[in-house]
Amino acid sequence: MRQDAGQPFFQMSGVSKSYGGAVALEHAQLAVRTGRIHAVLGENGAGKSTLLKVMSGVVQPDEGTMQLDGREVSFASPAAANAAGIVCVFQELSLIPDLSVADNIFASNPPRRFGMIDRPTQRRQAEAALARAGASDIDPLAKVRDLPLSRQQMVELAKGLAREPRILILDEATSALTAADVARVIDVLRRLREEGLALIFISHRMHEVKALADECTVYRNGRHVMSFEAGTRTDNEVVEMMIGREYRHVFPDKPAPKPDGQLADKPVLSCRNLAWNDTLRGVGFALRRGEILGLGGLDGQGQRELLLALFGVLRGCAGEIEIDGKSVSVGSPVAARADKIGMALIPEDRKTEGLMLPMSVRENLSFAALDRMSTGGVIDRVRQRSFVERMMALLAIKSSSVDAAVGSLSGGNQQKVVIAKWLVRQPRILLLCDPTRGIDVGTKQEIYQLLRRLADEGAAIVFYSTDYDELIGCCDRVLVLYEGKVRKELAGPAINEPNLIASALDLPVGQISPSTGVAS
Amino acid sequence: MSGLRYWYADNRGSAFAFALFALMFAIYLINYPSALSANVFQTAANKAVLLALVSMGQALVVLTAGIDLSIGMLLVLTNCLGSWIVRGDALHSALGIAGVLAAGALCGALNGVIIIFGRLQPIVTTIATGAVYYGLALLLRPVPGGSINEDLADALTGNVAGVVPASLLILLAAVVIVWMPFKRSTVGRTAYATGSSEAAAFLSGMPIRRAKFASYTLAGLLAAIGGLFLTFFTDTGEASLGSANSYTLFSIAAVVIGGVSLLGGRGSAIGAVFGAFAFRSIGDLLFVFNVDALWQPLFQGAILLLAVSIGACGLFRVRNRLEWFQ
Repeated sequence: MRQDAGQPFFQMSGVSKSYGGAVALEHAQLAVRTGRIHAVLGENGAGKSTLLKVMSGVVQPDEGTMQLDGREVSFASPAAANAAGIVCVFQELSLIPDLSVADNIFASNPPRRFGMIDRPTQRRQAEAALARAGASDIDPLAKVRDLPLSRQQMVELAKGLAREPRILILDEATSALTAADVARVIDVLRRLREEGLALIFISHRMHEVKALADECTVYRNGRHVMSFEAGTRTDNEVVEMMIGREYRHVFPDKPAPKPDGQLADKPVLSCRNLAWNDTLRGVGFALRRGEILGLGGLDGQGQRELLLALFGVLRGCAGEIEIDGKSVSVGSPVAARADKIGMALIPEDRKTEGLMLPMSVRENLSFAALDRMSTGGVIDRVRQRSFVERMMALLAIKSSSVDAAVGSLSGGNQQKVVIAKWLVRQPRILLLCDPTRGIDVGTKQEIYQLLRRLADEGAAIVFYSTDYDELIGCCDRVLVLYEGKVRKELAGPAINEPNLIASALDLPVGQISPSTGVAS
Repeated sequence: MSGLRYWYADNRGSAFAFALFALMFAIYLINYPSALSANVFQTAANKAVLLALVSMGQALVVLTAGIDLSIGMLLVLTNCLGSWIVRGDALHSALGIAGVLAAGALCGALNGVIIIFGRLQPIVTTIATGAVYYGLALLLRPVPGGSINEDLADALTGNVAGVVPASLLILLAAVVIVWMPFKRSTVGRTAYATGSSEAAAFLSGMPIRRAKFASYTLAGLLAAIGGLFLTFFTDTGEASLGSANSYTLFSIAAVVIGGVSLLGGRGSAIGAVFGAFAFRSIGDLLFVFNVDALWQPLFQGAILLLAVSIGACGLFRVRNRLEWFQ
């Protein structure tokens, strides 16, 4: 089954789709064979998501044809695509927060007895599906709302598998996963390939693509660029196809570490013994001007809570926070952003915590600094326009107009808006919670450069990332958190993958061989 | 053990409403022991059941993150209709009852169809259809009047076996026949899912339209059962704007006391039933303590605020302030 030389199992040709005036897909094509993993690559806004939405019945194409198993098909809804055996595990989670894990896995087609949902059977089947997805640690009765994002994504995968797909589409399905989960998911996907499924895989993490894909297709600006056998192109060639321009160094250069004497200047932000519930158990660090401090470790070790605690979101947080050497209490985000402290937080979930999606780019860019743009409580439109225009230019935000709804922008541009709305205030301390999750390579690169530029201009930056490459490429120092404590501080050349992995797993640094990444 | 924990987390709202009701009812009984005599208890039960039926209907809609502001008007409309057609011999009365229930379900279904296919917001849609339903009620009964099959009325508003009010049994039947199958069915679960995250429900291929349609239709049906009962109690049909409005608003209050989230996706109709009981007990308590009728609305409002505040106490335990907004 591995090499199916004949007709592709699924074929799509000449598919176009536009939203309003914006063309999302133009004469797109895709051919998928069973027993193969097909990676679709491209920047955000390249049309990958639209392509998959057409395939899975979420949107209807303006023109073009799709063939499944030699027969022409069209899907009026996700349910119709599911019935034909095409199942999509979405990047934007399709889970229902108030239902249990088991209810979610069997959302559309629960096991029934006498017409009623058979809950004991559903629970058993949910356990089986979770085990098949490599996530048997999840309790099927738990509410999805109570699970961390990485667990939710595993539930999403289990839900996809429970539908017995013939074609399984994974749209950025690993973006929120921890390294250990990714390894398990990769195993699961390889097994599914052996079982004869056709898999379509989208990821911005090149090493996952390399580990999995048999065949790659690159999209750019809604058009098919090229399809090729995996391994026949170099990384640089692939990235050039994706961004359509010469590929430069991804990460900006780091400044040379300063000699000890110069480090004597007072830290902008320092904290001691931060503790909250069971999630933070005594975290302390000091952060200087011009420094990018990374937060690493497995997902859910208190990194998010640390940022929330600094920003005044958590109540009953013990410990001390000092700004410029003076003890302060940050009681709320209002206090955190005030000039005296000058903090900004780029939250984890841009769609719910960062943006008001239906409102315009202009409004969204203004929300964090309305006080700076108004006189006596009345917004000064002239000043607002000058702020907004400056930020649009500074971050090269691509939008048809400042009046367009921010929800209509691509993921990367949305994230730029979230960052820009805080830069209006010129914060002294910038806290970032996984800011590059699910955005394209080009924008990621711009964000790395922006962070370094801000640091050079004197900002102090705390940068939590689930992507080790980013911590290695961007940060001057990295704190690795483990069970709510700083397990290890890495600096300079010691910030490398083996060290990050070892300390994330609470192993002594230096016991993992750099070539394999496996404990020896 | 962990199964129990999840069950409790799901039913905390209902348990709170039940406790609140039990407390108020206990105070009531202690101060007015003769209330247990058949007549007083029966009247109290009948009044409470009326609101409970309407609140159950409201809960079904609120679970989908909608709201039905026409439900009180529907109660009044079916009351007026009942006073015309539930008359005569057994056969005619039975047909009349079927007609009233069908009319209620139809009106509820109309709400659902407009909201689903017109893509209008529930709050505006049901304000408009509510006005229409009240208009129909006025045309049916420009002045209060009519009557209802008296044997039936006596049977359904009296006691069964001399102790249990028949109305409570009807309410129980409504819970068992309407709510329990709903909650356990795909449609009911889709209603929860729609209220929790409609986009996710859509992406999961769940039958959202069917769930909304079922919720609004059943709400209409439950309002019609309430309308029939109103006719049985009063033996007359009256297009009263005052009672229509207060049933609509009280049903929302009962739903909130019963732990159903107005944002949708959380709570149960059983909570709404106890919420309605608790809300009705407020009036009975004021009666026991000889509060002047003029003061009743004020006290009712104050106690309602207090009850809702106690229900919101959990927010003080929230230590991550982002959870306030979920």
